[in-house]
Amino acid sequence: MSKSMLLVGTRKGLFVLESGDRRDWTVRGPYCESWPMYHAVLDPESGTIYAAAASEWLGSAIWRSDDLGETWEHSSEGIGFPEGGDLRLSKVSHVMPVHGRLLVGTESAGLFESTDGGRNFSLLTTFEGQEGREAWNDPAQQPPGHLGLSAIIPHPNEQGRFWVIVQGFSLFETTDGGKTFEPRNKGLRRDWPADYEDIGFCVHKVAPAADFERMFQQNHVGMHRSDDGGKTWTEITEGLPTEFGFAAATHPHDRDTFWVIPLDPGHGRTMPDGHAAVWRTRDAGSSWQQLDQGLPTENAYVGVLRDGMAIDKEDEPGLYFGTSTGQLFASSDEGESWNQIGGLFPGITSVTVASAD
Amino acid sequence: MAELHLPPILPPLFPGLPRELELEAATVDEAIDRLDERWPGMRDRLVEPGPKLRPHINVYVDRERGGLDTALEPASRVDVIAAISGG
Repeated sequence: MSKSMLLVGTRKGLFVLESGDRRDWTVRGPYCESWPMYHAVLDPESGTIYAAAASEWLGSAIWRSDDLGETWEHSSEGIGFPEGGDLRLSKVSHVMPVHGRLLVGTESAGLFESTDGGRNFSLLTTFEGQEGREAWNDPAQQPPGHLGLSAIIPHPNEQGRFWVIVQGFSLFETTDGGKTFEPRNKGLRRDWPADYEDIGFCVHKVAPAADFERMFQQNHVGMHRSDDGGKTWTEITEGLPTEFGFAAATHPHDRDTFWVIPLDPGHGRTMPDGHAAVWRTRDAGSSWQQLDQGLPTENAYVGVLRDGMAIDKEDEPGLYFGTSTGQLFASSDEGESWNQIGGLFPGITSVTVASAD
Repeated sequence: MAELHLPPILPPLFPGLPRELELEAATVDEAIDRLDERWPGMRDRLVEPGPKLRPHINVYVDRERGGLDTALEPASRVDVIAAISGG
């Protein structure tokens, strides 16, 4: 087994955890001057860690480290909207290497790219022309903590194909590298008046299987599955304790196995009844099992955010999730049992895992 | 030469940046440009679109609160202060 590396983004900087056996973990950090972190990822091609962060004092930037976190540089060169327009940059929400490019999602909802490893950026799109686009960035219609473009999901083999989520509005797919986007919301439920036919769905998280035809989606209202790369969706909520949640993960070698963390859908958005649990399906959503061994099952009023769960690619994959109050849990037996690892962290916004030699 | 005093949150972001330095500038805006020339990216840390100073960045010129267009005298003291806020 290669060394496992967890990148744990928190409200007070980035932490790096490493382990050779997925049981004992060393902790480094906080990095990035303890800026509030929204997402961090290791680019397996270049070996560079990229982190999306936004300081209340100093604005937004993409941080990068070429030595696995020992030293850091940051840049926001080119990350900004045209002067005089209606878009304001409040944060960089997501960063993702995509076949040689580095893509960055922002709030207001925009997509930026870098072709020089995160030193300079240019605006790729703000989704002009999409249904309802004028409403997306209206501050009066946005919840606190709005993330704008909250996820970028690259296809592993098809260079120009990736999916993005515009929080509260839509999943989109592009097959031409980001020039044009199609909404991918057919079959999703929405329990509110529809202003537009294809837009207006609250997509929290999309977790593809390895084939990228099977996808699972945690929506604001319900868990859904797609078997055609997101073109159509079928609800699979039955058997889960709530229809609401954020974090999710798909098995890297079994397209029928998937994990989700249901949360109370009210204001709290914490574990239902204070009982921490991860739920798993092994039959693509026909049935669900509650997994809570090693997790606090009483008085655990903790939440997990949309990027707060990760899975590695080992034969028996390891699962990891961090809470918005700073506890980090790991499982090396596909969720059957869990251990708290690493220590006590600031509120965790993002967990990603990679293998490092 | 204006005498510039910077907050402690800036030097860790820009290798070689001191907390205190002197530079030639006619306004606060120009002083930030001079900094940005030597430490690229500095302007975006202090200034947001408008342009205007970021909401939690304050500049005092000779102990009077100023903005980007505040004029500097040859011997002005400029204090850039990150607001005491947050938690």
